[in-house]
Amino acid sequence: MNKLILVVVAMALVTYIPRLIPLLLLGEHKLPPFLSTFLEFVPYAVLAALIFPGVLSSTGDMPSSAAGALACFILSWLRFNIMAVVLGGIGVALLASLLI
Amino acid sequence: MVQNQINKVFQSSIREPFLQGLKASIPIAIGYIPIAITFGLVAKSAGISDYITLLMSFLVFAGASQFVGVNLIALGTNPWEIVLTTFILNLRHSLMSASLSMRIDASLSKGWRYLLAFGITDETFSVASMQKAQLLSPWFIIALNMLAYSAWLFGTWAGIFLASGLPASLQASMGIALYAMFIGLLVPSLRNSRPILLVVLISMTISFSLSWLPFTQTISAGWKIIISTMIAALAAAIIYPQGLGGLRK
Repeated sequence: MNKLILVVVAMALVTYIPRLIPLLLLGEHKLPPFLSTFLEFVPYAVLAALIFPGVLSSTGDMPSSAAGALACFILSWLRFNIMAVVLGGIGVALLASLLI
Repeated sequence: MVQNQINKVFQSSIREPFLQGLKASIPIAIGYIPIAITFGLVAKSAGISDYITLLMSFLVFAGASQFVGVNLIALGTNPWEIVLTTFILNLRHSLMSASLSMRIDASLSKGWRYLLAFGITDETFSVASMQKAQLLSPWFIIALNMLAYSAWLFGTWAGIFLASGLPASLQASMGIALYAMFIGLLVPSLRNSRPILLVVLISMTISFSLSWLPFTQTISAGWKIIISTMIAALAAAIIYPQGLGGLRK
């Protein structure tokens, strides 16, 4: 049991350190313009990679996941607020899984 | 008088961003709870003791790697391998941490930075990054992280001790919640920025290819995100060296 605690603590350390180092070191210096432009694009690239293709297996089956994802895309394209997008996505995915 | 002024400063520089952070975190909490419940259930059914499971959510606070960790522990995998896998899966957060460092006050204290770093996840980072303001209040970020973290802990606890009261079909459908949030965050900014559209298309194409090509399928999820992000953001920074030009959304 004690060994497992050590494993969890080690997992925590190797997760925390990559989260910490850039935030700690990059804050006080000005970065070269290219690097800061690169970092400006990072959030959009991360979001795209997180969504795709993971969303297609998010509910456990492809049709209901795809239906939910399409509903989310349409709702957010129409500038619905984020809670409406989340609830709409869950609702459509649930409906699709019950119907299909 | 002085008390009054202190109150005013408190209202505008702490209370407001803090409340905004909590509000922005609600979709994350909705998405985290069912996943954390599932995590608690999976860990319990894998025979991991309750306090180890809770300790993991308490200290690690990183979804995918906790599922993998529980799985590997249950299989009796070599501890070094578990720790290395966790490291690789979560290395992507360093990219997010670097990006976030551009959005906070350069003079923010070390103590704050230690605190804010703990809460960086795919979800909290995405919500923070998509805020319109260029400079983010640390109170906004801490509130965002705290609610997400509380939901994660609550869900883990609920999964272990209450088992699952939700109907299976609803629980499965809620698996889309965090993706729905990601889509809701990303799509509005696609509408009026060509550089953003480009970076998104490149990243999606690479991420999709890495998951479907037979010889790259086995790459871990963490590396897929790192590779897609690095190439897409690099290409966009070369093609559009002026960046977003102060334009957000």
